[in-house]
Amino acid sequence: MAGESNGAGVFGSSIRRREDPELITGRAKYTDDLQLPNTAYCTILRSDYAHAKINSIDASEAEALDGVIAVYTASDIADSGVPGGIPVGWLLPDMKIPEHFMLAKDTTRYVGDGVAIVVAEDQYTAHDALDLIYVDYDPRDGIADPKKATESGAPLVHDEAPNNIAFDWEIGDKEMTDAAFANAAHVASLDIVNNRLIPNAMEPRAALADYNNITGELTLYMTTQNPHIHRLLMSLASLGLPEHKIRVIAPEVGGGFGSKIHHYADEAIAAWASMQTGRPVKWTATRTETYLTDAHGRDHVTHAEMAMDENGRFTGLRVDTYAAMGAYLSTFAPAVPTYLYGTLMSGEYDLPAIYCHVYGVFTHTVPVDAYRGAGRPEATFVVERIVDEAARVSGIDPAEIRRRNFVAPDNFPYQTQVALAYDSGNYEGALDKALAEIGYDDFRSEQAAAREQGKYLGIGLSTYIEACGLAPSAVVGSLGAQAGQWESAVVRVHATGKVTVYSGCSGHGQGHETTFAQIVASALGVPYEDIDVIEGDSGVMPHGWGTYGSRSAATGGSAIASAAEKVVDKARTIAAHLLEAAEEDLEFENGNFFVKGSPDQTQSLPDVALQAYLAHNLPKGIEPALEATSFYDPENFVFPFGTHIAVVEVCADTGHVELQRYLAVDDVGNVINPMIVDGQVHGGIAQGVGQSLYETAVYDEGANLLSGTMLDYAVPKAHFLPSFETDRTVTPCPHNPLGVKGVGEAGTIASPAAVVNAVVDALSPFGVAHIDMPVTSEKVWNAINN
Amino acid sequence: MGISIELEVNGASVSKEVEPRLLLAHLLREELGLTGTKIGCDTSQCGSCTILLDGQAVKSCTVLAVQADGGEITTIEGLANGEYHPVQQAFWDNHGLQCGFCTPGMIISCVDLLGTNPQPSEDEIRHGLEGNLCRCTGYHNIVRAVQDAAETMNG
Repeated sequence: MAGESNGAGVFGSSIRRREDPELITGRAKYTDDLQLPNTAYCTILRSDYAHAKINSIDASEAEALDGVIAVYTASDIADSGVPGGIPVGWLLPDMKIPEHFMLAKDTTRYVGDGVAIVVAEDQYTAHDALDLIYVDYDPRDGIADPKKATESGAPLVHDEAPNNIAFDWEIGDKEMTDAAFANAAHVASLDIVNNRLIPNAMEPRAALADYNNITGELTLYMTTQNPHIHRLLMSLASLGLPEHKIRVIAPEVGGGFGSKIHHYADEAIAAWASMQTGRPVKWTATRTETYLTDAHGRDHVTHAEMAMDENGRFTGLRVDTYAAMGAYLSTFAPAVPTYLYGTLMSGEYDLPAIYCHVYGVFTHTVPVDAYRGAGRPEATFVVERIVDEAARVSGIDPAEIRRRNFVAPDNFPYQTQVALAYDSGNYEGALDKALAEIGYDDFRSEQAAAREQGKYLGIGLSTYIEACGLAPSAVVGSLGAQAGQWESAVVRVHATGKVTVYSGCSGHGQGHETTFAQIVASALGVPYEDIDVIEGDSGVMPHGWGTYGSRSAATGGSAIASAAEKVVDKARTIAAHLLEAAEEDLEFENGNFFVKGSPDQTQSLPDVALQAYLAHNLPKGIEPALEATSFYDPENFVFPFGTHIAVVEVCADTGHVELQRYLAVDDVGNVINPMIVDGQVHGGIAQGVGQSLYETAVYDEGANLLSGTMLDYAVPKAHFLPSFETDRTVTPCPHNPLGVKGVGEAGTIASPAAVVNAVVDALSPFGVAHIDMPVTSEKVWNAINN
Repeated sequence: MGISIELEVNGASVSKEVEPRLLLAHLLREELGLTGTKIGCDTSQCGSCTILLDGQAVKSCTVLAVQADGGEITTIEGLANGEYHPVQQAFWDNHGLQCGFCTPGMIISCVDLLGTNPQPSEDEIRHGLEGNLCRCTGYHNIVRAVQDAAETMNG
């Protein structure tokens, strides 16, 4: 274990997390742990029907229940004069944007759609009262399948969206791609379902709203990955309170994986109820409610084709996708199957022609939005599956066909046919390392020998790339984002030389307090222990965009590094003045300024900080104090990449898949804390393996969610997974000050294809070309036996 | 209609009058302020609410407070005794947690596991933790932490 101390060597060390002592002792406070005097409790009645007209709501019995303070419906919200909206924050051309109100007004559009609110003195009463509200529904047909929803005669989710199409989007060059297929020597073709997932952060969403009706200020403690986005949307769309009168605080947050990015009705409802009652109001989702309201992920139906020449060189990729949006457009939903999906279709490959067409489709289901990886796991699954199928139909080994088609290391920056410009990479380097570590060549002979004995082993590659570190603001703005994607930081050196760092990111398990302090310790040369990191409070930070899209190190960390550099620059000016030397003659090492060649006479950063605050003897034109703010807008995305390999054994009698080995070789650029990076990779792999083998949200024909509890949805348990093998190559990001990329999503992006490719490889003696996720024993058995 | 119960929580005597339907998890969190015990589901799957009742790991969301009458309870807050319990220490040392929400229940389950099986194999650890879900770590470092704690406790 590395020492948890000073300065320059701290960057790159596996320092134990400073967050942990509070977490392992139960001292840390999550939203539902917080108590305010006179708190009332809020529950939300949810539609039992996927699609129904609301004829009437009778809340009289509920209102009469002892302990019930009020029952509200949509008309109460409308009558209160607040905007009451739940907006979408990413606009695509010609997109249909149906009204989304905080409660269903006259129609429910998914099981879980909010219908009425109870506010009561305690949470048991608040739940009891839900059973005493009688809603007269007129049930209508619902539809959950995104492809069938576009067929004529399908039940409409919104009258203004014919065929349930929210948007019709394309990227790439159709003509050029069609020409590639016309001239192809081989064509690989697959129908792929990317199964719908439920995020399952272990902490259910919650909000504790405290509206002060004297000052007009709202303090909202909530389970959020991005307090400032919630402040903005609460102000503009839901509550109508001025932005500066809203303070959103993320206390300890128990995981998010995307599900706590989005602006939902529920937290706005808690805030509105506090405004109505003048009391603090707490809402905490039950797990069942999180299944019915947290934005789901994935849910694509895709047809993909790869054209090749006679040597297995890819000449064209054609992809057609129906992507579910669910019943309403969630916060960033339109971006997920478009700019986070279609733009990844080149994978790691030098692909001369690509065309990707996407329908965004309304269905009578929980809205779909970003879930760990957000569009990039779906794209990577399509690309890495069609590449394996291309290997199969052309008779080329899967490793070899990848090697033949990789963007070469000397071909960067590489402009893809789908907008992205990859800045750096060495794809073959990661592949070679992974193949060597897994023993690829030996495996093929073991596999052949095992088959002789009726044992079916398989190996699956996923040579992935992702675009993360969201993002250059002007670029995302040009693509429809209604948000910036820069990040901010304040580095404040106190008079005593201690340091407080503020970030606009908002961690929820990533260990920012540790890694951000490591960045600053290295930059300022001050002891790691002397640096505190604060984030997750819109009342403390000027602004920020939060934590998602593997952006916190690349953008948040870079903002911190930039602010630290400004601090050093100012300190240098003051130190030069104190040392009576020219600034350009000063060296800065291990937190000390000294004149080159005279290391005995120094001004340490704490010395300078004290002088900066005393301000008795500052150089002309220099303001007192020692702190700096940075708003860092990245010039490009960052592009982590790597090779993941899964090894499975499939039992031909039962269809059971045993994941025997899982190896990840990732390139995430420079690494701030290897232990934390490995941990992110582990967790990401587990979620991707979950998608490939275990997890799926199941809706029936009438759009009822059948997998609506943890009993019915297979969040992986410890014994579902093997230990993971991890390694890295390091290709630093060339355009940010730390050379870092992102790591939060890599495992989730890479792993589904690795696992499914391994299963299909194991089943190759049976002529199985594809198998949909999750790869259950039943599906495998049927694939073998039909 | 309250029912009187007496129990010992983290070494302190507690007397309460409770609704018959009050869950032990809510007694701990809402009435006693011991919010280290978490509630992560409503079907007894996740194990975030795991505590020790008379030395045995139980899911406190599935126990009525009245059922714990006369019992001795240890929550995550009562585990450290001046210094961290070896399992707590091992979770810290091995990065066995990320968001920390499952951690109190997970640590309690690991204490119980090592109490009944002081030298578990990796497979026994993984199966021994089947009542506790973690969404962050992929369990890799949790398994390492249990192995490390076992070594310390057997040392």
